[in-house]
Amino acid sequence: MTATTQTAQHGLSEHSHGAGVPIQTRYERLRSTNVADFPPVSPREEQWRYLSADRLAGLDADELAEFIGDLAVTHTDGVTTAWVGEDNAAFGGAGIPEERPSAAAWGSAKQAYLVTLPGNQKSEAQIALSSESADPSAIHIIIEAKPFAEATVILDHKGHAVLGENVEIIVGDEAQLTVISIQDWDDKSVHASTQMARLGRNSRLKHLVVSLGGKVVRVASSTEFTQPGGDTEMLGLYFADAGQYLENRLYIDHAVPNCKSRVTYKGALQGEKAHTVWVGDVLIRMAAEGTDSYELNRNLLLTDGARADSVPNLEIETGKIEGAGHASASGRFDDEQLFYLQARGITEIEARRLVVRGFLNEIIQQIDNEEIRERLSDSIEAELARSGS
Amino acid sequence: MSKLEIKNLHVTVDTEQGTKEILKGVDLVIKSGESHAIMGPNGSGKSTLAYTIAGHPKYTVTQGEILLDGEDVLEMSVDERARAGLFLAMQYPVEIPGVSVSNFLRTAKTAIDGEAPALRTWIKDVKGAMENLKMDSTFTERNVNEGFSGGEKKRHEILQMELLKPKFAVLDETDSGLDVDALKIVSEGVNRAKESNEFGLLLITHYTRILKYIKPDFVHVFVAGKIAEQGGPELADRLEAEGYDRYVLA
Repeated sequence: MTATTQTAQHGLSEHSHGAGVPIQTRYERLRSTNVADFPPVSPREEQWRYLSADRLAGLDADELAEFIGDLAVTHTDGVTTAWVGEDNAAFGGAGIPEERPSAAAWGSAKQAYLVTLPGNQKSEAQIALSSESADPSAIHIIIEAKPFAEATVILDHKGHAVLGENVEIIVGDEAQLTVISIQDWDDKSVHASTQMARLGRNSRLKHLVVSLGGKVVRVASSTEFTQPGGDTEMLGLYFADAGQYLENRLYIDHAVPNCKSRVTYKGALQGEKAHTVWVGDVLIRMAAEGTDSYELNRNLLLTDGARADSVPNLEIETGKIEGAGHASASGRFDDEQLFYLQARGITEIEARRLVVRGFLNEIIQQIDNEEIRERLSDSIEAELARSGS
Repeated sequence: MSKLEIKNLHVTVDTEQGTKEILKGVDLVIKSGESHAIMGPNGSGKSTLAYTIAGHPKYTVTQGEILLDGEDVLEMSVDERARAGLFLAMQYPVEIPGVSVSNFLRTAKTAIDGEAPALRTWIKDVKGAMENLKMDSTFTERNVNEGFSGGEKKRHEILQMELLKPKFAVLDETDSGLDVDALKIVSEGVNRAKESNEFGLLLITHYTRILKYIKPDFVHVFVAGKIAEQGGPELADRLEAEGYDRYVLA
């Protein structure tokens, strides 16, 4: 890849970032379950710098309808599911909203769909959400991995929807959980998803966000460590076509010592006004000694007219850490790679496919589920075919 | 029997200082089974010739022609040239992240042959060629040129040449950056491929040392964008003794 590359490695000294970081300390941001506590969505706020309120199609309103559509769930033995109210201990167990659409969805979805993954055994669940409704609606899902659970949950979004969503992810002590969220909507859908994870002692979360279809898809994912020894890997893959807007926001809160976080997001863009935004906030608090953190975002622009914004933010309050760094690069298609492949007889179209597939492979290879891997490969094929490049 | 003809080739390149003519009338004919060495000092245009034959978009042909068995090569796209039987072993092969060597080789072979190779013989061919080049069998699982050492990159180029079986192969300073052992292994690979495939070879080099292992039938001295002198293998010996000063000063 060519064009802008910035890499930074932050070592054992205290670090201040200067321009580009919100003025407030990240944890001072307002949190509330009450939508009225939040000001209207405005480009003056850092969170809404790239996405104007009108493009949210009503998801920032005071009240939304309850989710209209199908929620189909399959799971292995031992997994339990239930609709629960806010009296349930898991409700709000991973955090509460810090943005207006998230709060709107929180207040509007009276009940949450709770998926509980049992401890001391392996389990799997697939949650398929599909809808055909254009009314702004809300859903609240809670994924709870009990202590010592080993589980994978796939959250699949399909069809047409204007959806405000909160996903709580509670990872119990010593549990290992993989959550894959796939956004594969039709090209008129608008989706604002907030996925909050709270990790217990020595637990491990692999969180993967795949955004392919939808007019506007914004996923705000966060991990909060509450006990030492936590490990989070937050992965993302996105492919934006002409006119599509895909935003990913990450927040990792290192509040306790000796936790590890890795963020790797990769995106491909093609076509007029294809726009992606990636913002990665990492906060290492005073108490979080021994933190090991690294975040990376790479974007591959396949055509002119596409735009990728990439903003890593690192806030460090202690110097006693293992390491903290970030890398961000957005580049155009590398003509030398094309030449090399074509010089071996491979046609330009096939060469482009190889390069894009290769670029995104790093993420796809992380998915243990063969079926999903193949589906994503097929979707990426279809995206590439659509460009006719 | 195939023939590659280069006639009065003039090539320019766009630089920050404007358009610059690099090749100033190159004439060269290579036939199947022949080995030609092009030698010359830095900046004489040797690599430009190699890349122009392969069709790199950076170079503009302003005059002259390149014909492969009478077909106009300059009219062909880069991949068409490769499929017509031209191969360029690059001096600086690029990395293709996420694309494994095995996937890359199979895709290239399929493109060149117009059909996927029979799996069993293909795996055997790849394995055999890699053993000959003393490449570890795990090599095919790595991503193309990613993290390869200089020697590994060159072996990988020669491996492709062996497997893709071109009519004409251009080796652009394949000897540069190789230690003595690697140079020997790579040279043996070239000789072996040439023996079994009978292709025409254009060996571009700055130094004479590779010519101890790959014997050229013809040696061309390239200076300031054209061939200044040509002869048999004895010309290389003379260059070894005298260097390029005689041409550069002239």
